[in-house]
Amino acid sequence: MDLDYSQFLSMSHEVSLVVVLIVLLLADLLIKNKKAFQYLAIAAFALHTVAGFCYYTDMAGDAFAGMYVSRDAHPFVKNILNIGTLIVFFFSFEWNNNENKNGVGEFFFLTLSTLIGMYFMISAGDFLFFYIGLETASIPMAALVAMNKKCTEGAEAAAKYILTASFSSGVMLFGISLIYGVCGSLYFDEVQTAFTNITSLHIFALVCFIAGVGFKISLVPFHFWTADTYQGAPTGITAYLSVISKGAAVFAFMCILYKAFANEPDVWKSILWWLIVITITIGNLFAIRQKNLKRFLAFSSISQAGYIMLGVYAGYAEAKVGMSSTIYYILIYMFTNLAAFGIISSIENKTGKVGMDDYNGLYSTNPKLAFAMTLAMFSLGGIPPFAGFFSKFFIFAAVASTKVYGDYVLVFLALLNTIISLYYYLLVVKAMFINKSESPIETFKIDTMSRVALLVCVVAILVIGFISSIYMNIYNISDGFAN
Amino acid sequence: MIPVEAYLVVSTLLFFIGVYGFLVRKNLIGILMAVELILNAVNINFVVFNRFLYPDHLEGYIYSLFVIVVAAAETAIAISIIINVYRKLKDVRVDSINELKN
Repeated sequence: MDLDYSQFLSMSHEVSLVVVLIVLLLADLLIKNKKAFQYLAIAAFALHTVAGFCYYTDMAGDAFAGMYVSRDAHPFVKNILNIGTLIVFFFSFEWNNNENKNGVGEFFFLTLSTLIGMYFMISAGDFLFFYIGLETASIPMAALVAMNKKCTEGAEAAAKYILTASFSSGVMLFGISLIYGVCGSLYFDEVQTAFTNITSLHIFALVCFIAGVGFKISLVPFHFWTADTYQGAPTGITAYLSVISKGAAVFAFMCILYKAFANEPDVWKSILWWLIVITITIGNLFAIRQKNLKRFLAFSSISQAGYIMLGVYAGYAEAKVGMSSTIYYILIYMFTNLAAFGIISSIENKTGKVGMDDYNGLYSTNPKLAFAMTLAMFSLGGIPPFAGFFSKFFIFAAVASTKVYGDYVLVFLALLNTIISLYYYLLVVKAMFINKSESPIETFKIDTMSRVALLVCVVAILVIGFISSIYMNIYNISDGFAN
Repeated sequence: MIPVEAYLVVSTLLFFIGVYGFLVRKNLIGILMAVELILNAVNINFVVFNRFLYPDHLEGYIYSLFVIVVAAAETAIAISIIINVYRKLKDVRVDSINELKN
């Protein structure tokens, strides 16, 4: 049987990323100057990112007999992930030059192989493809977390990550095997038609599946690895884990819920309801106690994951609305969280300090950094007129638009939690602006690369909410997998 | 002939033994072995469902092959990380791995 090569056209993102990977692999062998290699790697990936926007249209199509699916929304989400990864590369530039001198090639290769795993995971049309993408995204990630071989924390964080990741994929696989047992197929389309007449076996399969994916998105009660892994990993990797990896997992999860389990939304809807409520609440309550900023952002990102899942939840009534609000939230959450992590990582690179108390008096010594951090915190908390407000607004509006009593309760609980989260986000702001310190972090200049990336994030936080065409565009490309 | 249910009982038992082992084992290698039990339960499930319920297709068999391969990759990474932990702490018991706390 001849292979139809035209199907690779809809896989343009993957193909060009593979090319970048091969180029980097060879360049790592040939180029001895690590700084030059880094410039090359960033340039190659930036080219890939720009190219991603160029083959934006007309990419809808299937490949490999429906195993790989690409609709209008898929390239858009991949572009979001590309931009995020590029920003992470910019922030990691200084760290790669100093601390990670001997592992620059590995850093880029492993990061990009996780990214290609996420591409596959997003575009999966079949549980097998989804599983392979998920594993390609999570196995190199463990190596990335343990990147710093000399530090004990990194090893511990990686051990916790890889063990929970393999356990969670085991649980997820058990769910998938039961789904195969009851449906007789692994294609999402065929599962959709076969997943009816719910028995307890269906529900058990679905619970196993959601639990497995919940580990990856770090929903409570599957969140135990999150804080330790985020704290022990190098800060650039933490940012990557908390934003890119989480965003991709949420989108892939959403695809599966809307497509494979579209006929029985009542079953997963009630599971998600409880998961969201406890995720947001527990994440918030634990975030209040944290003294280490990386742990603090870890719990903050757990509660943010709950908010993202609100968008996914909203899709049980109308998939299009749920999908567009989720993508919008992921986009804004990415810029906001990356700004916060970028500031933390540049301060950590200069001074090695990550405690909340170390930030006392930051405004008097580094006013610009303190200002950017304030913007990020306000946006994470959802204060208007910053971008975070608009993303929360669309999420809440999407859930409330179902006009069901239980959903109003959910929105109300989420709103209450927004108020709690404001308290701890403002703690950081208070530390920087109000608290006095004997020995504040001394004045320093962050490197050019980080400054550029930070500027991009800050502008995005300020501007994205006001450009309404962005949301309209996302709304237009979100088809909710109706076909 | 052995009925389908018998196989499923075995695989379900294996799965829950694996989950139990993951939760109570104190040794990192032990935890890894517990995860392997879960993956083997999954493999049994796939093969049994394919063989008894849907013999026309090969999806289950192929899936189990992929699971085996990915599990091997996962174990390789996990073992190398555990060796790294051992080099740092001279111990692979869960209780001794507690650097990361507030």
